[in-house]
Amino acid sequence: MRNGVLSESPAVRRTLIALAVGFLALFLVLPLLAVFSEALRRGFDLFIAAFAEPDTQAAIWLTLLVAAIAVPLNLLFGISAAWAVAKFEFPGKSLLVTLIDLPFSVSPVVSGLVFVLLFGAKGLLGPLVDDWDFKIIFAVPGIVLATIFVTFPFIAREVIPLMQEQGTAEEEAALTLGASGLRTFLTVTLPNVRWALLYGVLLCNARAMGEFGAVSVVSGHIRGLTNTMPLHVEILYNEYNFVAAFAVASLLAGLALVTLVAKSFLEGRYGDQLSRAHRH
Amino acid sequence: MAIAIRAEGLAKSFNGTAAVRNLDLEVKPGELLALLGPSGSGKTTFLRLVAGLESPTAGRILFDNEDATILSVRDRRVGFVFQHYALFRHLNVAENIAYGLRVRPRATRPADAEIRRRVADLLELVQLAGLGKRFPTQLSGGQRQRVALARALAVEPRVLLLDEPFGALDAKVRRDLRRWLREIHDRTGHTTLFVTHDQEEALELADRVAIFNLGNVEQVGTPDEILDHPATAFVAGFVGEAVRLPVNAAGSSLQIGPHQLRLSCGNVTGPAELFVRPRDLALANDPQPAIPARVLAVRRTGPARRAELALADGLPPVEMELPAGHAARKGDILPVTLVNLRLFASR
Repeated sequence: MRNGVLSESPAVRRTLIALAVGFLALFLVLPLLAVFSEALRRGFDLFIAAFAEPDTQAAIWLTLLVAAIAVPLNLLFGISAAWAVAKFEFPGKSLLVTLIDLPFSVSPVVSGLVFVLLFGAKGLLGPLVDDWDFKIIFAVPGIVLATIFVTFPFIAREVIPLMQEQGTAEEEAALTLGASGLRTFLTVTLPNVRWALLYGVLLCNARAMGEFGAVSVVSGHIRGLTNTMPLHVEILYNEYNFVAAFAVASLLAGLALVTLVAKSFLEGRYGDQLSRAHRH
Repeated sequence: MAIAIRAEGLAKSFNGTAAVRNLDLEVKPGELLALLGPSGSGKTTFLRLVAGLESPTAGRILFDNEDATILSVRDRRVGFVFQHYALFRHLNVAENIAYGLRVRPRATRPADAEIRRRVADLLELVQLAGLGKRFPTQLSGGQRQRVALARALAVEPRVLLLDEPFGALDAKVRRDLRRWLREIHDRTGHTTLFVTHDQEEALELADRVAIFNLGNVEQVGTPDEILDHPATAFVAGFVGEAVRLPVNAAGSSLQIGPHQLRLSCGNVTGPAELFVRPRDLALANDPQPAIPARVLAVRRTGPARRAELALADGLPPVEMELPAGHAARKGDILPVTLVNLRLFASR
């Protein structure tokens, strides 16, 4: 591309690159470094001690539990939605596709409030839930529900375009060869989207663990019971317990970095088997 | 005569648009039948109806005089070859071919060693021995289509259905595969239906050809019957390189433009359509009735020379094959007569 019609002069190119790199450093790398340096400022022992705190451990376990429930459920939902949208024609299909995107366009706070309005003490279904002596709002079930709602587009959105692109010919071939519907799904449809699924799971998991807004509304912030990691970070910070706050935050940041690396590995290695939107 | 496949009053419409209308067709055991027609004529839909990939709006399909309409795709035992191969992209060639055997219920599934042997035989048959470990993306288009055929043959289908099998390939590969498909058919003897819009392919390859138009079959016959005795005006216009001329038939004479040609028009009277192919015209000897035709151009097509002729003002030009050594030039007036009459009353 050197000296091509579209190439800029070296000076312009260098300025643009410097701008981009500077922007990245200022807004992404610097804050990330700040998180880690703040966490380790008082030494490694205090950093480790922050994780020994029972409330912190409870927050970590709760976060893992919520993700462990929300991600598989959304995997199931994402696959069935993608299967329905990509392989069949039915009335209301475009409405379904629009609805799948709803959690992306709604503020997380609103997503949380929806569940308070539904299941809260004065909510539509609140009395019903009370009768069964089952708490949803200000309890773990509410956190799980809010997380599922916020993260449900991730997997479906990865898989739908890929399945649409692949069409139905391979499934038809499997059927003519005598495979049952389930067998066709397991041996043809699923293997064809496996990397896109993994990619979606990765993004879904990152968001499930990191979600703050929606979870904050329904959680009630009960220490040791309904605090997830992001909520716990906020509480610690508000109590001026900076080392502990940044220690927990560094764990979340570490998760983000792992996700990023895994994501770019998938894109590099299996880019051709992800949907077109991710091919570089 | 036994019938392998019979379609009775078959119809299929998509959202109110008819793709196949009240279609009757009989396929003989072991024959290679081409379904030929312009795009949108319903030939692919018919093939998918036979396979069970679509269910008919009306009518039924019989395999060996048994009603197959109620059978699902998997129970029909058809081998289907798709235009774009539809190979399983995550399986290698051998696994692709073995797929239909591996998905069988345990009671009828061959042993692993038997499956491997069958796959090896099929790879041999389609001339891909040694490529079993390759993945579909590592093969050329022609090779992929041969894998698709081997995969379809592996399940020992009652009937082989091919949907534009060579449509996505370039001309040279297409010609080779065509000949090769004929050989495979002669060796394995499967009743075979294949869809094509390429008339050269259909007429060269098939035992019989079914001409499709507007969701129905216009004519079924051997390539000779189709070419020499088209049953309808559509067939006459669709096959060969025919030019359609509006004429007027009156018992013992035919009026082409201002010219009267004395010949028997059979039972056609009144306004009619005449289909003229290059070999249907000849230079007239003196006593024969003739039309003075003006030579518009002379061109070479393969071994023969052809003259482009204007029979009358306002009529489309027709082509005529010239006898070897004839020195026709642009502007000459030649006496021309019809040696073959393909005449259909105007509808």
